[in-house]
Amino acid sequence: MSKSNFSRRGVLKTGMVASAGLALPQYLRADAHAGFTNAPSDSEVVLGFNVPQTGPYADEGADELRAYELAVEHLNGGGDGGMMSTFSSQALDGTGILGREVKYVTGDTQTKSDAARASARSMIEKDGAIMITGGSSSGVAVAVQALCQEAGVIFMAGLTHSNDTTGKDKRANGFRHFFNSYMSGAALAPVLAANYGTDRKAYHLTADYNWGYTTEEAVRSSTEAMGWETVNAVKTPLTQTDFSSYIAPVLNSGADVLVLNHYGGNMVNSLTNAVQFGLREAQANGKNFEIVVPLYSRLMAKGAGANVKGIFGSTNWHWSLQDAGSQAFVRSFGTKYGFPPSQAAHTCYVQTLLYADAVTRAGSFNPCAVVEALEDFEFDGLGNGPTLYRGEDHQCFKDVLVVKGKENPENEFDLLEIVEVTPVAQVTYPADHPQFAGGALGTCNPGA
Amino acid sequence: MDQFILQILNGLDKGSAYALIALGLTLIFGTLGVVNFAHGALFMLGAFVAVTVSNILTLSHKVVDETRTDFLGNPLQVDVPYLYDLFGQAAGDTIIDWAVPISIIIAIPIMVGIGFAMERGLIKYFYKRPHADQILVTFGLAIVIQEIVKYFYGANPIPTPAPEAFVGSFDFGVILGFDPNAIIYPYWRLVYFFFSVVIIGAVFAFLQFTTFGMVVRAGMADRETVGLLGIDIDKRFTIMFGIAAAVAGLAGVMYAPINSPNYHMGMDFLVLSFVVVVVGGMGSLPGAVAAGFLLGILESFASMSAVIDILPGINQIIIYLVAIIILLTRPRGLMGRKGVMEE
Repeated sequence: MSKSNFSRRGVLKTGMVASAGLALPQYLRADAHAGFTNAPSDSEVVLGFNVPQTGPYADEGADELRAYELAVEHLNGGGDGGMMSTFSSQALDGTGILGREVKYVTGDTQTKSDAARASARSMIEKDGAIMITGGSSSGVAVAVQALCQEAGVIFMAGLTHSNDTTGKDKRANGFRHFFNSYMSGAALAPVLAANYGTDRKAYHLTADYNWGYTTEEAVRSSTEAMGWETVNAVKTPLTQTDFSSYIAPVLNSGADVLVLNHYGGNMVNSLTNAVQFGLREAQANGKNFEIVVPLYSRLMAKGAGANVKGIFGSTNWHWSLQDAGSQAFVRSFGTKYGFPPSQAAHTCYVQTLLYADAVTRAGSFNPCAVVEALEDFEFDGLGNGPTLYRGEDHQCFKDVLVVKGKENPENEFDLLEIVEVTPVAQVTYPADHPQFAGGALGTCNPGA
Repeated sequence: MDQFILQILNGLDKGSAYALIALGLTLIFGTLGVVNFAHGALFMLGAFVAVTVSNILTLSHKVVDETRTDFLGNPLQVDVPYLYDLFGQAAGDTIIDWAVPISIIIAIPIMVGIGFAMERGLIKYFYKRPHADQILVTFGLAIVIQEIVKYFYGANPIPTPAPEAFVGSFDFGVILGFDPNAIIYPYWRLVYFFFSVVIIGAVFAFLQFTTFGMVVRAGMADRETVGLLGIDIDKRFTIMFGIAAAVAGLAGVMYAPINSPNYHMGMDFLVLSFVVVVVGGMGSLPGAVAAGFLLGILESFASMSAVIDILPGINQIIIYLVAIIILLTRPRGLMGRKGVMEE
């Protein structure tokens, strides 16, 4: 009598164990021979563009995606080459990256940290993306940056302005080209003092999340250093749509300046409400009442319409800049899509070129080689003047634009005018500055 | 004292929006027995009627201005509205300026039509289904409507200003003997409040003083008996759905200048409006209106920095806290009727 070792349950168990083995995250097993995660084949390399395609920042995400597609086209030798011709490093030659054709996959962050991590993980594990880039929120940037560190791929942040991205939450595999809250405060304060005087009383309305806190802290400390006094700072829920109950008490608070530490829909609504309440025409303490929006975005300014007129803020880049790099980018982007790029599109395009250039200079896709090539890399010709990717915190240091809502726009894109290009020296800070305290860069992780 | 009055004003205008949406929700729930999670989407659609009317009024043709250049350095193509060609620039500008009030007239038939289509096309198949099914299907419908709007209008808010005549604020402080600027309130928000009072009054008058309204009220109280009397109550309830949609739509049209419309503005109001309905009492129209204004005012007070300093975070939970207290003390809400949602 023979006895079979195969039982139904046994087969199922074996099957499940085998399936679990096969389903192991690709980055834990694939390409171990190359010594790093998702080593590309000889013919192509895959980049992962993780942008908000749905949710409140979908328009900004769409502009980021346009910029990425343009960058890929230029890297593969298509179009007019855009900023590749003005970039001080001339390592890129339009033959892809290290001779591999650049392919890309996209993910939808939904501007939610968990969704952004899931889409980044999917692009790394299923699609073999060797670099993840994009995003339009600091919460998302910090979450995806941490994931990329664990997975052993490079993260080139998109639009993220919180100090924490390259402060307490910095990671060795993550790099930020965009400016930050500290830089906004440092650039804005002297312009505000010059225009509104040093004897001012400010009232802050601050979005109740990480970016709001760092922006309030940065603007408060830099304006207080100029002699301003902060009379009140009120946190507003991120989900708030009508700010009237927060704005109504401002005029009678003793303040003569309202600082709106809001972004996106919050900024559009709070600014619209403030203007409705007549704050722009009001007088307080014998002075004209003023409103300040520390972080401007052209797309958001469009949402606020005429309400932005005359209001100061800061921005990372603007399409009206006249340097050769900016003009080349605006020409490429404008010719392809019919309108000028946003600052989000600019930083995403530049980050893609910077990554490709670093790989080319390093001669390797190994994340640790890329990190080494990017650290303390000095470059020019990408729209912000001479720029340093500081090795200590992976933050770009470059000039910052102080802008003002234009009084007489000539067309629908002509919403902001550049008031001052604040030199990089004025916005540079030591890596151990209190606003960036905590956290450690750690060491690069090549994965595999 | 001035802060107190200011927050009451604030609460009244915020409460107006809650009350208008909650009124529509209660009308639909009271008549059709349907929990309509797509009601916020109707509010949003109303706002987008204003956006669309504004877009139509500014339909333009291009005229090349050789003296100016666009962002690429090409001769600038200037948009000239067709209204300028028809009525001249001054009259054209005035018509464009009054886009939102004009939208009110256009929104009524559009929203009633959307309401009919929604009720006949989808909702009527769910009358006899459990409330959970109704919630799921109407919530799904809300998401579909949202995504359609986002596809055509994008995700960013679209500025839709009030007419120039209503820009600026009214200084109550001077009238009441306070310092100038102590109690100022924007004209358009005052218009919104009075507009909502008129709409609420009109709905109540319609239900109270017309035969149609009497039949609907009888149907709300006892649908079966009214049916046995030979009255086609379903047809009247469909019309009520259309009216409720129009109320939500008008609330949206008028709200467009207060906050630039975006595709998810309906969802922002929906949850709060449901809390308003529950606090007011399921099926009670006066309850919905009273609770709308009450919660609007409480929310305003909870947003005062003096209150937040003592109770941090109270501004985010006040409405739910009040809802819990009221439901614990009065399980049917402020003016809830016996037997509604209790079977």
